[in-house]
Order: sequence, then structure tokens, then C-alpha cells
Amino acid sequence: MLLIHCPYCEEERPELEFRHAGEAHIARPQNISEITDKEFERYFFIRSNPKGLMFERWRHIHGCGRFFNAARDTVSDRFLKTYETGEPKPDLSGEGR
Amino acid sequence: MMQPFRLANAGHLGGASPVRFTFDGKSYIGLEGDTLASALLANGVHLMGRSFKYHRPRGVIGAGVEEPNALVGIHRDAARKTPNVRATVQELYEGLTAVSQNRWPSLRLDVGALNDLGTPFFPAGFYYKTFMWPKSAWERLYEPFIRRAAGLGEAPDKPDSDRYANRFAHCDVLVIGGGAAGIAAAHAAAEKGARVILADEQPALGGAMRYLSATLDGKSGWLWAQEMATALSAMDNVRVLTRTTGFGYYAQNMLGLVERLSDHLAEPDPDRPRERLWQVRAGRVVLATGAIERHMVFPDNDRPGAMLASAGRTYLNHYGVAVGTKVGVYTADDCAYAAALDLRSAGVDVPVLVDLRRKPNGDLVDQAQQAGIEVVTGHALSGTDGRLRISRICVRPREGGERREYEVDALLTSSGWTPAVHLFSQSRGKLAFDEATQRFLPDTYVQDAVSVGACNGTAALADGVKEGLAAGETAARETGHRGKGRTLSIDAWSPEGGAGGMIGDSARAPQRGKAFVDFQNDVTAKDIRQAVREGMRSIEHVKRFTTNGMATDQGKTSNMHGLAIAAERLGLPVPQVGLTTFRPPYTPVTFGALVGHGRGALFEPTRRTPIHGWAEENGAVFEDVGQWKRAWYFPRDGEDMHGAVARECRTVRTSAGIFDATTLGKIEIVGPDAARFMELMYTNPWQKLAPGRCRYGIMLREDGFIYDDGVVGRLADGRFHVTTTTGGAPRVLNHMEDYLQTEFAELKVWLTSTSEQWAVIAVQGPKSREIIAPLVEGIDLSDEAMPHMSVREGRFGGVPTRLFRMSFTGELGFEINVPADFGRQAWEAVWEEGRKHGACAYGTETMHVLRAEMGFIIVGQDTDGTVTPHDAGLSWAIGKKKTDFVGIRGLARPDLTAVGRRQLVGLKTRDPNKVLEEGAQIVADPDQAVPMKMIGFVTSSYWSENCGRSIALALVEGGHGRMGEIVHVPMPDEVIDAEIVSTVFFDGKGEDANG
Repeated sequence: MLLIHCPYCEEERPELEFRHAGEAHIARPQNISEITDKEFERYFFIRSNPKGLMFERWRHIHGCGRFFNAARDTVSDRFLKTYETGEPKPDLSGEGR
Repeated sequence: MMQPFRLANAGHLGGASPVRFTFDGKSYIGLEGDTLASALLANGVHLMGRSFKYHRPRGVIGAGVEEPNALVGIHRDAARKTPNVRATVQELYEGLTAVSQNRWPSLRLDVGALNDLGTPFFPAGFYYKTFMWPKSAWERLYEPFIRRAAGLGEAPDKPDSDRYANRFAHCDVLVIGGGAAGIAAAHAAAEKGARVILADEQPALGGAMRYLSATLDGKSGWLWAQEMATALSAMDNVRVLTRTTGFGYYAQNMLGLVERLSDHLAEPDPDRPRERLWQVRAGRVVLATGAIERHMVFPDNDRPGAMLASAGRTYLNHYGVAVGTKVGVYTADDCAYAAALDLRSAGVDVPVLVDLRRKPNGDLVDQAQQAGIEVVTGHALSGTDGRLRISRICVRPREGGERREYEVDALLTSSGWTPAVHLFSQSRGKLAFDEATQRFLPDTYVQDAVSVGACNGTAALADGVKEGLAAGETAARETGHRGKGRTLSIDAWSPEGGAGGMIGDSARAPQRGKAFVDFQNDVTAKDIRQAVREGMRSIEHVKRFTTNGMATDQGKTSNMHGLAIAAERLGLPVPQVGLTTFRPPYTPVTFGALVGHGRGALFEPTRRTPIHGWAEENGAVFEDVGQWKRAWYFPRDGEDMHGAVARECRTVRTSAGIFDATTLGKIEIVGPDAARFMELMYTNPWQKLAPGRCRYGIMLREDGFIYDDGVVGRLADGRFHVTTTTGGAPRVLNHMEDYLQTEFAELKVWLTSTSEQWAVIAVQGPKSREIIAPLVEGIDLSDEAMPHMSVREGRFGGVPTRLFRMSFTGELGFEINVPADFGRQAWEAVWEEGRKHGACAYGTETMHVLRAEMGFIIVGQDTDGTVTPHDAGLSWAIGKKKTDFVGIRGLARPDLTAVGRRQLVGLKTRDPNKVLEEGAQIVADPDQAVPMKMIGFVTSSYWSENCGRSIALALVEGGHGRMGEIVHVPMPDEVIDAEIVSTVFFDGKGEDANG
């Protein structure tokens, strides 16, 4: 079971308290009713599914209830960083995996 | 006391009391402290099982968890029958009942052994190649045959009557393995003040001290280990767990341990658990898991009496049991010399020691020769004799030549030691192959762990102990214990270490007979070669083709041999052929331990409404709706379900019915931007909904499909009382929170789940207003003051209420929300009033029928996650002028606007008495060939008492354009014809919802 650092509670809590919520940094278009089918496809259906560094959303659902973002290595399962919703993607170049 | 092979002056069980037990119905006597295996051996019983595929007679190979052969059933009572227990692990208790497996009619005479004679017909891959066609034979012939022949033990056929516990624990240093190195590590860490857990799978600490001729701090290894165990257990910061296996190594130093609490007891306390699952989070992990000896691979190496040298030595030095009277030894490693010497000094004849190596040297070799043991070097065993017990071994020079025979009644073999790197590998550490010793050793660590002693490839005891001490001290320091405690040193010595030895087939010359690599799965050296010949290149393929290393054993003794033989055949170095993945569990773990308390009534929480007790007292039959228990119907004397539901349906439409709607999900949406938020979450317009009014809302996912629905009341400009489906409450709140926190974070809105705060009583029917009127205070119930779809706050029966005028039946109706604690009180008050008007209580079944009569959908029953509001006939609920809501763009996708989508329609069967089955498939032409093209399916279907006929809802391709068409529902015994009609079945003869 993973330990996950909640950036709002500012502590590590067991995975059981959290729920995964898909890929992060995919903003809902402001003018969503006007976008093309292609744009909607990219926004709604296409995900990066990388091997390695992944930016994803989690919710501390059985804790503070907040959604937050995390950078995780999908190979080792290691969390490199968690950060608050709305913060930009952190630059993790040079960080050990 | 008959234990002919128990030696008076050997072993650690001196003075133990006798224990009676039975094996296959025959009574024996063993000693307290014995395992089933050691007690049987003390009685001269070697035959303990039949092999899996060939049903060959098998004896014990090991003395611990590495045992692949001696799997038995342990029967306590009718419910508690544990299959596939290793006889080498099962501790003896008074009255233990063990039975052999995989044989018929008896262990000594087994008909299945004919498989052995038919070997040419049962090569590796036999099943893959043979049972391929005809397809129909699978069901009737192959599968029943394989099912009968396959599997090891017999699963118990009654529910497990034992209890299982679980526990989470945290510590600074977790040490897995209580041999000398593990003890040293735990002690060193504990002295520095670290919180330590030391776990060992055996009943007592000591590990290899059971059999080694070791000296630690001037004492025998075994005595030292017991004294250390006592000392460690006495320390406040140390927890010693015996009979506890570390079976899994998970992320971030989380390990799964299973502690066996009662399998060794004659009369377990029924109030205590049988096993406890420990989930331990450790700052540092010290792996001291030891090494597992390998057997020699040569023809007919599986006869009862042939076993690992370390096993023979353990039976002698720990249990005081001689495994035979004339014990041959075959080795490629020094350790077996120590076994031969120990046997000889215990007075057991060792007629020959065959060493595959041409020129072995060292102290032990010299000692064996000095002791007068015939040491034959550069020779191999080319075969053995003996039906139920080994009787003779054949010895010839390595490269072939004249053969000699020796009479024996037991044979110890050793080809060296495989470090037990299972947990290290599970931690995702990387292994490296050490060419010199032919072993995979821990190389790159991914987690905060360290391996010490034999599992780290450290051969000499003194070195292993030194590693343990250093690792313990380092782990303590790294977890913040720089400690004043002593720095320890332990003086350790043993004549031999666990060296690498050789891997693979020892008999290189052409051979007859089966040279077993994997005893548990009956895989021979020939099978592995055949797998390579047939094109298997990766060891993963070889494993699956031959089954080498599968089942409960997981290749503890066989993996390295199999790998070496495959590598040799492929002409590749061992590491290039690869190593199969080590997966948890290290040894089998019961489902009971993993499940713990979470079964039966504790499998998941049961949710009951405050009105549940009343329903129970009034004879309700309940149904499970998610975790909720809901009153399904209220039968009166003699009524069946059909009768009760028909009466309830009639009563609601003629008088009134009272229904417990408490399970509805409820969310309070509050804040200055509440209406804006509602606009985004629901398809409907909300800005202009006046406070005090309600609206039926539909929620979509971004893809345009219906996600949930419910009636929403606006209590004030900035306050909405939202209801959701019973099952949808948590996910709807999650969905709302997600958008509120991430996409629409600028909105000033607060969301609160109020599902459990309100009890909800629906009163539906023409008399509903008269029924509730005497109880309502401060609310004008007239049509003018409180029209359909409105909400008022006031008091009901003396308690605060939110009173909704709404209807899920088509009749005049109210839903009374009162604080949950007053739910039953309010219900009983309504019930008293209702009785005066002939009202009844009704359950979920009647609720379903009444809403279907009106064509009201149930999300999740009439929709399945691929239905749009248009498909469901709810286009009117979409705010046409809105420019944004979740799902607005999804609804415009080409596929969602295409013609021919499945649309919700009503179905009337041609025969009004036929009630369709929910889920039944619908076709346009019943005479077409099978498989027919289905154009839809039935989503809801009932007998409608009020319509005097059956009614159904269905999703049918292009359904809205097919009104009046006849479609067909093929059932196993008939085809039912039905007409496509509107979803509204009941014409509302009574006073309808609008009064």
C-alpha cells in the first residue's frame, strides 16, 4: 500500500484514504460548446498513459476531501511530488526516479 | 513407545511428552515439538504422498517450507479440513488427524500410478496439444476429466468456522528471518533503541541452528538462539513474532506477514483467531531469509527416502530422528559431508558418499575420509531402485563407465544453496547472477532494505552474523536511533557455509528413468529440454509449457535447475535466459487471513433507515439496494408478493400509500453562486426557478450520457436541496466536488451531503393531503399556496420539516423530510392518520410499478451509461438557451445525434397476461437465423394492477419512430410479441399530481 503525501493536510497518509482521479493538467475548454469534434476527442478521450513520469489527479476522499495533483513514476509507483490543484506542472528534470 | 528411528541422544526435543496422532487412519506416537514429517519419520514412515501427474510414491524431501512432496490434508472437524499442508511445517498436536492426498484407493496402491507407465503419452505440453478439438468435447469430456485429475488436495466443502484477525503495525526496523543473522540484526537495532519487529516462520527462532554444528558466544547455536529469543522478547522495544511468515513485500516498505496462532494446538480456543494478518510499515527492512538447498537431478531421484542433506541433518540434529539405517549421500557441495559426519557420529551407517566434483577439498572432505566414509569423487548417480522406498543406488563415473551399486534405505543429496531472494525481488530489487557460485544475489535495492546472511549469498556463519549486526545498527541509526546502547559483537563459528554448488542436471550421460527437477509438478530434465526443442526460448515460456516452478511450491528447489538445463540446451548464459518473476505469497496464505473479519455480516456495512424497525414489525420483506435494506413489500396475511404489490398499487391510486424514501441521496448546495453551479451540473435551467419551487433535474457526464437524476428544491436564492438516486449519492457528490474544486473553482459554493440527516416519508395518492394536513404546522397546503413541484419549510408533527409537494407516482403526493432522529416518530404519526383513510404502507416494488405506469425512468435500470436525455425522451429537460453545462458538448457528438440510436419506449405484450423478463432481447424478425440481430432489450417489466395488464419499458433502436410496430421477444420456450407504445401507461383517472 502506497503512502501518499496530501498537499493540503501536509502529511503522508495511506493509499486507502485516497482515490485516483485520472490524468492531471487537462483543462476543460472555456468554450466547450463551440469546440470541434477533434478538439473534444483530444480533451475527453485521449490520455498520455506514459511509461514513467505521469501527472495525475488524486482525491483525499476519506480525509480532507480535496483533489490535488501528483507526479508519479508509473514503473516504480514512486510519487515524486504532490501539489495543489491549480499549481503548474512542476519541473522534475534532474530528479531521481 | 514405538518410535524405532528416534535416537536417544540426538536432537533438541529431549524430555518432550509423547503425542498421539493418525495418518491415513493409522495411529502413531510422536513427540511434542515434532512436525508431522519428523514424527512419521521417527516411525519409519517415508511414503507421504503421491506425485501430481504420474502418481509416483513420494516421501519427504525437505524439513521446512521448501517441501514440494509431502502435502497432506489436516482434518480437525467436518468444517475444518485444510488441504496441501506441508507435513514438514505442520506441528504435531495430540489427536492430529492427517490424510494423504492425490491417491486412490490408498497411498500404497494407487491406480493413478498407471500414468507413470503411460509416460510417453504424458509429455510436457500434453494438455495443450491433446485437448484441442472437437470443441464440443471440452464441455462433456476434457474438462470433467481434467478437473478430476487436476488439483492437489481437496477443498473443504463447508464454510470456514475459524476466525481471522488483522493488525496494522509500524516499526523502525523489521527483520524477516530469525536465524543467526536475523537475531544479530534485531539485537543490534534494539540495543540502539529502535522499535524492532522480528518475524520467523518457525515455532522458535534459530533457523539453520536447528542442524548446524555451530558455536555462538561459546554456546551451541540452538541454545544461543533460544537465549537470544528470550532476551529479545523481554525488551520493550522488540516484538518477536514466531510462526509468522513474511509472505509479501509491497511498496514503500509495507510487508504482509501472516501469524499462525492455533494450527499447532490440540484444542484451539474458539474465541481466538486462527491466524492474524500483519500489515507492517517499516522504516528499514532487514531480510535474513536464509537459503534453500537444492536436490541433485538424476534418474529416479524421487523415491521415498531420498531427501535434501539439510533435511536429513535437521531430522537428526533437531528432532533426533534417523532418516534411515544405511544412508547414502550424493553431492556437489561440501555441506552434505557435514550431514554424513553427523549421521556417522550418531551411529548411522553411511555406506557411500558420492561427489560429482572430481577433486573436492577442504576440512569436511578430509574429516569424512578420516571417519572412514567411502568417498567416491568424480562420480554420478545413474539411477535408484525401490518401489515405496529407495533400496539401492547405482553409481558410475561422471562421463559414463562401469556401474557400482550400493544398498541404502535413505539418500541425502545436495547440489548447493539457492539464496531465498523472494522478498528482495518482490521489493523490486534487481538480482545479479554470480558466475562463480552460480547464484542470483541481491544487487540493486529499490526500497530501504538490506539483505544479510545466506539470502545475501554470505556463506560463512561468522560473516552472516557480522552482516546482521552491522545492518541492525545501521538501520537503527538511519531511523534516528544514534543510541547510547552497546555495540554488539558475537563470536560465531560453523564448519561449513552454504555455498553455491552446481545447478542443472547432474547426470550428463544418456539416461533412462525420470530425473526430476520439480517434484511437485512432476517436471523432469527431459521435459525442460523438450520445451526448448519445441521452441520455448524464454524461461517464462518454459515454465508455462512444463509447469516447472508452479503451484504452492513456486520452484523453491526447482527453479535454478530448470533454468540451468534450459540455458544449457539453448547454449546461452544463465542470466540471458532470465529468471521467472517472484510473486507473493512466498508460501501459501489462507483466504481467511487475507479476508479477516470482513465476511458474512461484516462483509460490508448494512444501512438501515430510521423507519426500518417499524417496517420489520409490520412484516415487510426487505431487498438489498446497495448497502441499504429497503422494505420491498408489506404482505398481509396469506398474501404472496404478487398479491401484496397488486393491493399496494391499487390502494395508492384509490386512497394513498406511505413509502419510506429515506435512502434517497441528498446534497445541500449553498452559496451565492449556487444557481450558477447548478446550471453547470444539470442540463436544466435553474436561474429563474423561484425559491420554494422544485424541478426534476438531469445530470450528465461530460460525454453526454445520463449520470443521475432527481428532484431539486430551491429553498432560497443561494440554497438548493438536491436529491439523487439511492445508489448515486456518493458518486454524484464526488462528481460535483471534482468540478467545483478544479474546473469551476471561482464559484462560491459549498456542498454538504445530507443523505443521513433527513428521513423522508413519501405520502402518495388522492388522500395524501388529507392525511398529512392534521400534522402540518405553518404551511398552507392548498393548490394555490403550494402547487405541484414546490417545497416549504415548517413543522411536521412538532418537528422541523422540509415538505416537498412532488410525485413519483402520478398521484397527488408529498415527501416529508424530517430530521432523521424523528423519522420513526413522524412515520408513525402519518401511519395513524393514513389508517383513517384506508392508506397502506408500500415498498420498493410498488414504487417501481407505479412509476413505470407513468413512464418515469430509474437511472441505472432504464439507462445504462450509454443513454442520452434524448434517448430517454427527456429532451424537454435540457435548457435550450444554455451555453454550458457538463455534457453539453458530448451531446453534440455525431454518434449521439445519429439516427437509429436505442430509445426508450413502452411495450405492451399482445397477450396482456404475459409479463416480459427484464433484460430480454428484442428482435424485429423472429424467423431469422440464429444468432439473431437484436434491436434492443427490456429494461423494466411488471404486472400493472391499475392497467389490468403487463407493462414494460425497453430500449429499442429508433424506438421513438416505431410507435405501433410489433416487435418480438424470443424466449427459450416461445416468442412473445409486443407492440411499441408510449412510455405512459396509466391514463390518470384519479386526481393527478397537479391536483
